[in-house]
Amino acid sequence: MTWIEKTQIMDADGIRRALVRIAHEIIEKNKGVKNLALVGIRRRGVPLAQRIAEQIKKIEDVDIPIGILDITLYRDDISTLAHQPVIHRTEIPFPLAGKKIVLVDDVLYTGRTVRAALDALVDMGRPEFIQLAVLVDRGHRELPIRADYVGKNVPTSKREMVSVMVKGIDQDERVFIREFTD
Amino acid sequence: MYLRGKDVLGLENMTPEEIKLILETAGPMKDIIRRDIKKVPTLRGKCVVTLFYEPSTRTRSSFELAGKYMGADVVNISTSTSSVVKGESLRDTVLTLQAMGVDIIIVRHPAEGAAQYIARSVKAGVINGGDGTHEHPTQALLDMFTIRQYKGSLAGKKVVIVGDILHSRVARSNIWGLNKFGADVHVVGPGTLLPPDMGKMGVTVHHRMEEALEGADVVNILRIQLERQQKGLFPTSREYARLFGINQQRLSYAKPDVLIMHPGPMNRGLEIAPDVAYDERSAIEEQVTNGVAVRMALLYLLSGGGNIEISN
Repeated sequence: MTWIEKTQIMDADGIRRALVRIAHEIIEKNKGVKNLALVGIRRRGVPLAQRIAEQIKKIEDVDIPIGILDITLYRDDISTLAHQPVIHRTEIPFPLAGKKIVLVDDVLYTGRTVRAALDALVDMGRPEFIQLAVLVDRGHRELPIRADYVGKNVPTSKREMVSVMVKGIDQDERVFIREFTD
Repeated sequence: MYLRGKDVLGLENMTPEEIKLILETAGPMKDIIRRDIKKVPTLRGKCVVTLFYEPSTRTRSSFELAGKYMGADVVNISTSTSSVVKGESLRDTVLTLQAMGVDIIIVRHPAEGAAQYIARSVKAGVINGGDGTHEHPTQALLDMFTIRQYKGSLAGKKVVIVGDILHSRVARSNIWGLNKFGADVHVVGPGTLLPPDMGKMGVTVHHRMEEALEGADVVNILRIQLERQQKGLFPTSREYARLFGINQQRLSYAKPDVLIMHPGPMNRGLEIAPDVAYDERSAIEEQVTNGVAVRMALLYLLSGGGNIEISN
């Protein structure tokens, strides 16, 4: 029983183009970048948020504040896990009150991670609103959650897993589908 | 990375990896204490009991707040108002608590080994909140967390533990913990309050304060436990203060940036001069905050696993 790689769905250029488009969409939808802040969900949402902020800087010449969110303490499956996951720091170096927050994650799947992130954010302050940006939306939602900005929609089966690799955390920079085989 | 057992009974039998995991989990926990909304839902539906057979302010309230900040329900039992006064045995008391569905029991007891005895009797996790003169692991963990916060690391740091080593579970737990991380541990106090086999614990023993404090990075001043001082181990409090009390003059032998610690409650004017307690190098209040963070980390790390068959 192993995971085997099935198909590659994005290469490094594909990821870059998707993030450039998301950056443009964020600026367009919010009519500028006033009060805008990005919050990356650990782990791979963090480098993605940084990339989007770099693109926004290129387009609008404004530095967007970036926060880092660890959602472990808000997971809904914590008491069913065999061992407690390691907790990392949440670092949001700006007050959330009145901010337009774009939450950034790599893959949107069941929606449970986003649910946890929303709970964590509202415990820290009251933003004006929260939007969601993801690199890949693979479907199979278990909660009524949707993304405002999507890099790529990828139909998948539940036996598959979408792996996002980004420089800064991984050696490679690409997105591919793996399948569980017996 | 995870803790090996369901209990935290002492630092003597913990691995450096387990201790490191606790200290590193405590960092993010400390951020929660500083937030406006000091509550996370992680331990929602878990029940924590503090069972204290000895008086305590900070350890008990610190555990209670740690549990509440993590979203657990916390029940406090002090023996003076419980069935213990009717003669109920320790084992029956904890079995009763277990039957009520308690997940974690924090116990303080005057008898050495009490926590271990309870841990063997129940399925719930047990945290030792101090057993006699044996161990007080959560105090040592918060002391180690505090030293790491101010000094970066423990390795090679000269840590001087001052005072009543003989009766001090805080000293024993600190020595076991600090030695695992390569700290240079020294103890100093009146000969009657230093156990004769102290050298075997891997510490340097001193009888003169000036000699012990020379070049110290950290001075951890123990409370003179007046309740355990019935045998006349030192002649008078005044004489103790004169020979072993920490004042500015003695502190001048240590490094200029020495970290001053005390597990509390302080006997000001006895083991510690008032101006030392409020010195800018004193971390005594920070220790209290760190105590809550370390205990939150322990409750988190002990509340997973093992309960899988119940939750399914």
